[in-house]
Amino acid sequence: MIKVKDLTKRYARTIAVDQISFEVARGQIVGFLGPNGAGKTTTMRILTCFLPASAGSATVAGFDVLEEPLEVKKRIGYLPETPPIYPEMETAEYLKFVGQLKGLSGADLRKRIDYVCERCAVADVKTKLLGKLSKGYRQRVGLAQAIIHNPEVLILDEPTAGLDPKQINETRDLIKDLAGEHTIVLSTHILPEVEQTCEQVIIINRGKLVATDSVRNLQARARGAESVIVEIAGRSGKLELPIVQHKLEQVSGVRRVLCKQEIDNRIFFEVESQKGRLVRGELARAVVESGWDLNELRPSAVSLEEIFLQLTGTEVPAEEQKASATEVLQ
Amino acid sequence: MRNAWIICRKELGSYFVSPVAYLLLTMFGVIFGFFFWNSLGYFVVEGMEMQMRGQMFPMNLNEQIVRPLLSNVGVIGLFFIPMITMRLFAEEKRTGTIELLATSPIRDLEIIVGKWLAALILYSCLLLFTAVNFAFLFKYGNPDWKPLAVGYLGLLLQAGALLAIGTFISTLTKNQIIAGAATFGVCLLLWVLEWVGGYETATWARVLSYMSVITHFDSFGRGVLDVKDAVFYLTVIILGLFFTARSLESLRWRS
Repeated sequence: MIKVKDLTKRYARTIAVDQISFEVARGQIVGFLGPNGAGKTTTMRILTCFLPASAGSATVAGFDVLEEPLEVKKRIGYLPETPPIYPEMETAEYLKFVGQLKGLSGADLRKRIDYVCERCAVADVKTKLLGKLSKGYRQRVGLAQAIIHNPEVLILDEPTAGLDPKQINETRDLIKDLAGEHTIVLSTHILPEVEQTCEQVIIINRGKLVATDSVRNLQARARGAESVIVEIAGRSGKLELPIVQHKLEQVSGVRRVLCKQEIDNRIFFEVESQKGRLVRGELARAVVESGWDLNELRPSAVSLEEIFLQLTGTEVPAEEQKASATEVLQ
Repeated sequence: MRNAWIICRKELGSYFVSPVAYLLLTMFGVIFGFFFWNSLGYFVVEGMEMQMRGQMFPMNLNEQIVRPLLSNVGVIGLFFIPMITMRLFAEEKRTGTIELLATSPIRDLEIIVGKWLAALILYSCLLLFTAVNFAFLFKYGNPDWKPLAVGYLGLLLQAGALLAIGTFISTLTKNQIIAGAATFGVCLLLWVLEWVGGYETATWARVLSYMSVITHFDSFGRGVLDVKDAVFYLTVIILGLFFTARSLESLRWRS
């Protein structure tokens, strides 16, 4: 659906986007991740034909953004970082205006306005002035505006920035809801957002592509091996930590055993396997054969935060890394 | 053109839902009304004096009231034009709504023409207020309507040219005040350039004087439709809108 090849954007002195290439398949929901100033907004602006690229190419739905911008614009719904609303307009009036801009008219337009108002939960403020709406409502009106012409591609620039936690959840649910009908690219510097909403992640830092993969693969790649949480309880008699730990370490394929916690007669371990080895079956057998209870055995998910820091950390000087890390962890 | 009309309607909407349009209309109405009242007063007094002295020079409403008043309208308009154009693009740039327009499937030119047309329509509304005053002349006197119509056409063309310049200047900044002040300065300069022609006859002076928007209004004011002058205004309009388009484009390259 979206193909980007060697995309570069130079400003007078800085390179905002440096030879980025990626592809997004139809119906996918992709997270564009990076610290502030990484080049996310610039890339999105190029995709929406707002800015021209300095080099490289980008196509949306088969149309080049430089050659056929009008065709691309017809197929894209765009929500910039601040929703582009006119404070002196009423919600319905504004949606009508945007709908007309996107080429809708008559009964079609009226149907779409009703539909997006319903969908984005702004039906109750249809006759309110946009300037008087709360931030959450404005964001939703912005989203309604982006989907009014039922575009194939949705591009959302930090759709949850500045919202309160409840609004953030609602917006994320709404975006996930929309994923079936549209191909979605959303940018964010908040990691859990990507983990929660996206299937695919594109990580960029300082204009360079750092990684692009599915969320799950990235998690696996960061470790390169399996990591398992094991909870063991003693059946009869006290569990001796060193004995249990030794037993687990004996299992073939295990690289490291860490004791996380010891409560009552239960012990929590984090077991890390050697690269490319799956150890869950062996672990279970070993525990049961030793006569202990296996209360829990689950793979521990690596958080994207760790991956992100691993991937971007190497290129960033220490003090900036700290800054970008705190931003990322917000 | 449908798209330009959509933009135009939206612009008119924002003029008329905010106090902007009403403030301009009121101010323009009051100021022009004052001009009209004064010039009618002079006319009446002059007429009585002539009668008392027994001189019967022909008095002419068109020459003595309509013509000077029409060029006065132009001068008053000079102060109002920056107020009409200053927000056109500066506001969109400041609030970021320019991103909505620029990423919608419409051409830059349609945006520009739509906005300029809305400004021209608002200015026409101001002119309508002056028409109310002139209507009294027709009720109590017998002026010729044709020169008046040509004069209005001239005013519209003149305003169209200055509005195009104002629209262009509005794309250069995010700040409405700067856009307004710069537009006023440029308009005023284009106005007074004519003075050069008064004392200097060298080529450069003639060129400068020719560039003045007021030189070209003379014929319209007299009720003469001179193609040369109409073409001058149309050229400025097209140039102004052309530069606006280039400026909007360069905005994307630079931004």
